[in-house]
Amino acid sequence: MAIITYREALNQALREEMRRDPRVFLIGEEVGVYQGAYKVSQNLLEEFGPKRVVDTPISEAGFVGVGIGAAMVGLRPVVEMMTFNFAIVALDQIVNHAAKILYMSGGQFKVPMVIRGPGGPAVQLAAQHSQSMESYFYHVPGLKVVRPSTPRDAKGLLKSAIRDDNPVIFIESETLYGTKGEVPDEEYTIPLGVAEVKREGTDVTVIGYMGMLHRALDVAQDLEKEGISIEVVDPRTLRPMDKTTILDSVKKTHRAVVLEAGAGFAGLGAEIATIISEEAFDYLDSPVVRVTGANAPMPYARNLERAKSPDKTRIIAGIKQALAL
Amino acid sequence: MAKRSNKTTIEAAPEAARNSPMDKKVMQDLLYQMLLIRRFEEKAAEMYAQGKIGGFLHLAVGMEASCVGAISVLRPDDYVIGGYREHGHCLARGSDPRLAMAELFGRIDGLSKGKGGSMHFFDKERNFLGGTGIVGGQLPIGTGAGFAINYRGGDQVCLCFFGDGSVAQGVFHESLNMAALWKLPVIYICENNLYAMGTALSRTQSVTDIYKKAEAYGMPGEQVDGMDVLAVREAVGKAVERARREKIPTLIETRTYRFRGHSMRDPAAAVYRTREEVDEWKKSDPIVLLWDRMSRDGIVTDAEYKGMDKEINQVIEEAVRFADASPEPPLEELLTDVYV
Repeated sequence: MAIITYREALNQALREEMRRDPRVFLIGEEVGVYQGAYKVSQNLLEEFGPKRVVDTPISEAGFVGVGIGAAMVGLRPVVEMMTFNFAIVALDQIVNHAAKILYMSGGQFKVPMVIRGPGGPAVQLAAQHSQSMESYFYHVPGLKVVRPSTPRDAKGLLKSAIRDDNPVIFIESETLYGTKGEVPDEEYTIPLGVAEVKREGTDVTVIGYMGMLHRALDVAQDLEKEGISIEVVDPRTLRPMDKTTILDSVKKTHRAVVLEAGAGFAGLGAEIATIISEEAFDYLDSPVVRVTGANAPMPYARNLERAKSPDKTRIIAGIKQALAL
Repeated sequence: MAKRSNKTTIEAAPEAARNSPMDKKVMQDLLYQMLLIRRFEEKAAEMYAQGKIGGFLHLAVGMEASCVGAISVLRPDDYVIGGYREHGHCLARGSDPRLAMAELFGRIDGLSKGKGGSMHFFDKERNFLGGTGIVGGQLPIGTGAGFAINYRGGDQVCLCFFGDGSVAQGVFHESLNMAALWKLPVIYICENNLYAMGTALSRTQSVTDIYKKAEAYGMPGEQVDGMDVLAVREAVGKAVERARREKIPTLIETRTYRFRGHSMRDPAAAVYRTREEVDEWKKSDPIVLLWDRMSRDGIVTDAEYKGMDKEINQVIEEAVRFADASPEPPLEELLTDVYV
């Protein structure tokens, strides 16, 4: 297996799917001549030309709508959000149109499109450019929401998202683009809606994705030295959520900690904690613990930014709380 | 009172064409379509009063010439998209009035299986793309249909209908910019009925001649008498040819008027406009205008017109019977079509 960056994995997925299906095209700000604001679309313009790698004006609602219209009549657009923070500008097109057209049309018009780009906490980008955007989308029936945490997942899930006939919100991460990992040499996809146990353990289940997942894996290694065995579950797709993998893990470990980078109030941690208490209450030896970002916008100052997101210390505290240690 | 028409400075339509002999069959079809839509909507209002139809019901009584004239020039493989006052556009596209009425009734045999309602008519067989309740939401989507036409190397066009209220939305400007930039075969048709819901044009637009906004995007713009179905047909026909052959989008403003309120919840429409103004516009009823002209030119007799109206009334009665007889959607429909 080759070791490549998360960014390269996404680039490969786009390239392979565009080669595979002439209906697939990439559209967004700076995807072509500039080669992508984060270089995910590097060299795609050269290979596929301006018809299939389309630079747009700064009109998020407009070009998301263009993607929807194109998808309704048979194309398979991949719409890049330079960052997902800007997707709020297109929220009407995403929530009121992309997500609902299949339903409102009684199943006549499907909208097979992917809206992808980086989101989540970044580094000193302050309140508008450094936030977890998935919660704005996973509440919406009709949307699928993916958050891939490794190069292997990024490639396999993006390929599945492009082949999916539903609108898929695919949120990457600025802080992960440069990270490396093993990616199979052969053609592969990873189905949407399937979680993965990223590390097996017996004492407590920790659920997290993106930066939180990597922090959890770090913590698991540290706590192993103290004799605590942690199982780490990565949901990978937030909607539809693979409840089975999460519940099976909790039924084994009897304790759960949910990590969440975003503000905790009404966040995904609340949903996962509810799923566990509704469907695996009898297996629990202690209440589900949430470790979440502070209920504040992202500050610019380094120290405040560090305090905003759950760090290793808070994650360890959460785990020890679940273990009643 | 606002003017009914104003030719563009960018490209004016030749008056001569309007005075040329029009194919009798075409005129009869236009009259039939407008009357069908009128009777359909009048019946819908009646059914709303009886509680057969719920929610929002936005009627376009008085505005029929705009959608009928425009859509009459299309090929079956062209695309049409509209907003929430779109019954007429869907019917003009050839959708079955029975399925349309069943949709209003919220029944399984409706166009969208009763899951869309008045604001969400869709008809895939006729390339009718909706049906959106968000003002202006259809503009970028229609633009996307135009994008797809070029992507596939086709020569279809997309007619994108919206009201004057949409012009104040950002997506109007984003869409026209992209269409002109990328040479998309989209004809943007602003059905300017002079009120964005209850707010007069002069209170929502700094420049009230909507067609002039085309110039800012480097595309042709034209204002046309939206009560004159032949004028609309001619203007849109030219724009469609230009889009097919030269990939040039156009903004057309049809000056029109709705005789009824914004929705059934605005029955009198008296707060924001005067009775005199409404009466004045009713003198320009598009159906009466065409009928007068046809009877003057000996194209239709009173008896033929009455026969047509009778036939249409039968079609509408049958639509109501069909809708009434259609079952409500089975409960499993609640969770189908959320995902493919």
